[in-house]
Amino acid sequence: MTVLADMVPEQIEGPGTEHHLTFHDGTTRRVYVTEIETPFPDGKLIVSRTDLAGVITDMNQAFVDMSGYSPDELLGAPHHILRHPDMPAPAFADLWDTVLAGEKWHGYVKNLRRDGGFYWVYATVIPNIRHGEIVSLTSVRRKPSRSKVEASQALYLTMV
Amino acid sequence: MAPDRNIAQFSVSPDFGPELIASWFVFNTWLQRRVGRPIHLELFDSFTDQRAALAAGAIDLIYANPSDAAVLVRSYGFTPVVRPAQHPDEVVLAAPETSAAHAVEDLGPGTRLAQTDDPDVSMIARIMLEPADLDATNTTIVELDTYVLVAKALLDGRAEVGAFLDEAFDHLSPLVRGQLRPLVTSQISVIHHALMVGPRLAPHRDELAAVLTAMGDDPAGARVLAELGIDGWQPMEHEEAEFLIDLMDTLAA
Ligand SMILES: Cc1cc2nc3c(=O)[nH]c(=O)nc-3n(C[C@H](O)[C@H](O)[C@H](O)COP(=O)(O)O)c2cc1C
Repeated sequence: MTVLADMVPEQIEGPGTEHHLTFHDGTTRRVYVTEIETPFPDGKLIVSRTDLAGVITDMNQAFVDMSGYSPDELLGAPHHILRHPDMPAPAFADLWDTVLAGEKWHGYVKNLRRDGGFYWVYATVIPNIRHGEIVSLTSVRRKPSRSKVEASQALYLTMV
Repeated sequence: MAPDRNIAQFSVSPDFGPELIASWFVFNTWLQRRVGRPIHLELFDSFTDQRAALAAGAIDLIYANPSDAAVLVRSYGFTPVVRPAQHPDEVVLAAPETSAAHAVEDLGPGTRLAQTDDPDVSMIARIMLEPADLDATNTTIVELDTYVLVAKALLDGRAEVGAFLDEAFDHLSPLVRGQLRPLVTSQISVIHHALMVGPRLAPHRDELAAVLTAMGDDPAGARVLAELGIDGWQPMEHEEAEFLIDLMDTLAA
């Protein structure tokens, strides 16, 4: 089990507010969040893969660029390194229940950047099934529409 | 005429321009000389016809569209041999130069999308329209046989936006291209075609991979590659095909 380092004010871009996240594995992390949104790059996809414990094993350049972390910081880290305090925990519980049952999951996700900023994605997560067994999980994110982001934001506000 | 079952049957996904038909025949000639075995190239006008031939077991070697990878591998027992190096399938969404739209988000409900039957281009186009809340419920597809006809539909005002394979867009005449405005170009980089062998040719998979990855070292081979607009072939392992299938799966619906 990897415990993520707390965020420190020095890594934050602009004025941030402090939050304390508790993850499903019981670990905690102090994060700072700002109101600065990074727009999803047009025409790109953000791709990452994890093992069955949610530890990042592969990613593409767009994933690195959007998260603000270096590849070294991301590989081997739990995927909740991107967890934003505005995201309700039940959304992720549903994600895990769905993919471990062998199904595809879709959802709108607000992600936290290394610099405290955020970016919205439309994410699909699927189980990678080989010889009948789930061996890993892949997520592909694409650019969400503004209307879907606003609807998700309103919904999540009622859930957190 | 029924295919001769003693001759390996090769086919190419029907998404390339008519100017490349002759080059694929030259490729086939080069390949059969190299492997010392007859190979028959059968081209199809449409994906529907090609898929029917696949279902009938009438294809042993195929340069496949990524949309067909899942069926090829999981239903028909195909194995990847090589993929074109640095040659991902990318898509340009373009509007007429006179359009008020400068970005996908400027397009509204009722938009008519001109496209060909190329399945991965259509899929990527659909994904690139999502940020504008455009989907099957509020757009109309105008399906045409070639990318030149897609461009023509835009210029004639029969569609507001057109989906092009990037190289097809680049190959439009400068006059036509100058009257079109790209709204967005995909930079996905992980979706690409693949050359795959079916069960009957599977014993020759490694030999084919070796011959093809060295194709650029042979002057005649290098010329064929240049004609096809391919830099060279790189080996493709089974897991890469599985990953391609997974990616396509995350993008479908
Ligand atoms: C393939 C894959 C991709 C994921 N991508 C994200 C992501 O981009 N952002 C995020 O907050 N959680 C993502 N998750 C969910 C996290 O693993 C995690 O469940 C979530 O951040 C909440 O943390 P917790 O479940 O450890 O409490 C992903 C999970 C998988 C399997």
